[in-house]
Amino acid sequence: MNFWRAIAVATLLAAAPALLAGEIAPEARRSGYAFMGPDTRAMQDDDTSNPGMLFVLDGETLWTKKTGSAEKACADCHGDARGSMQGVAARYPAFDKTQGRPVTLDQRINLCRANHQQATPLPYESRDLLALSAFVAHQARGVAITAGEDPQVKPFVEQGRDLFMQREGQLNLACTNCHDDNFDKHLAGAPITQGQPTGYPMYRLEWQTLGSLERRLRSCMSGVRAQAYDYGAPELVALELFLMSRARGLPMETPAVRP
Amino acid sequence: MAALINVPAKARRGDVIEIRTLTSHIMETGFRHTADGRLVPRDIITSFTCRYNGTEIFRADLFPAIAANPYLSFFTVAKESGKFEFEWTGDNGYSSTASASITVE
Repeated sequence: MNFWRAIAVATLLAAAPALLAGEIAPEARRSGYAFMGPDTRAMQDDDTSNPGMLFVLDGETLWTKKTGSAEKACADCHGDARGSMQGVAARYPAFDKTQGRPVTLDQRINLCRANHQQATPLPYESRDLLALSAFVAHQARGVAITAGEDPQVKPFVEQGRDLFMQREGQLNLACTNCHDDNFDKHLAGAPITQGQPTGYPMYRLEWQTLGSLERRLRSCMSGVRAQAYDYGAPELVALELFLMSRARGLPMETPAVRP
Repeated sequence: MAALINVPAKARRGDVIEIRTLTSHIMETGFRHTADGRLVPRDIITSFTCRYNGTEIFRADLFPAIAANPYLSFFTVAKESGKFEFEWTGDNGYSSTASASITVE
C-alpha cells in the first residue's frame, strides 16, 4: 500500500513543475481590459472617446484610396471590408504559402501592396500601416481569436512558445516569469497583465499613439535589457503567433486602449 | 484630420446637453530632442472653438502639456435645431473643422 502511495506521490511531484510552469487555463484567460481602471475602460468602450477610432477612420479612407502603379485600392479586390474582413484579424498571424511561413496582418497588407497594388511597402509603425491594420482588425471586434489552429503554423507556434519561456537580457527574465507566474501583481505602479494580445493595434496612453504588438514586445525586451528583435523578424512573428494562440477564444477588441 | 464628435441627435428645448470632441493631432511639445540632440519643433493645436448656429458658445486655448489627440467635452443648453461647427487651429497654419446637427423639439 505504502509502495503504491509512494509511486502516486512521486508521479504527482514529477507532474508538479509542468503544472507550475504551465499555461493559463482557458477559463482563467483574461484580456488586459480586465486589469484596467474604470476610466481607461470607459475610454475604450465609447467609440467617440477612444482615440484608436481616429486611426480606424483614417484606415477606412485608405481602404478605398487607389494607390501604387496598379492604381488599385484595397476595396477594388476586397470590396466592403465590413463583409470581406469580418473576423479575419482573429486568425492572424496566418500561414502564407509563397513565403512558407506565417505573416502578420501588417506584413499581409504590405504583401498585398507589393503583389497587387505595385506600391512600396509602408514602414512598420507608420501612421498609414497602423490605420489600415486597425481598420481591418476593427472588423473582427468581438470575434473569438482562432490564430494558431492551422496545422501548417504549429512549428512556428512552438518556436514562439520557446521564445516566451526563454530567459533573456541583463535582468534574465522570460515573458512567462511575469505574464504566467505574476499577473495580478504590480510592476512599479502598473498592473502586470496576462499579456493577451486582444486589442492590437492598440492605443497606449504612454505612447500617445496607436502601436503594434511588435512595438509592445520590443518595449518589453528593452525593459528586461535585452536586444530587441527587428520589426518583422521571424522571432517576433513567432512570438506574436504564440501569444495569439495562447489567447484563443478571447474576443478581439481592436482598437483597445491601455495605460 | 479625422475627428470624432458626439452630439445628441435629438434634445428637448432647454435640455442641458453634453458635447464631446476628439481630434487627431500629435501635440508635439517643442521640448523634446531627437537622438542626435536637435530640438523637435513645437507643433500643437493652440485654439478650439465651437459655434452653435453661428454663435460662439465655447472656446479653449491649448498648451504644450496637453496630450496628443486632444479630447474636449463641454455642456450647453439646447435652444434650437441646427448645426454645431467645430474648429481647431494651431501651429504651422494648422486648421481642421467638423460639424454635427441637432434636432430640438
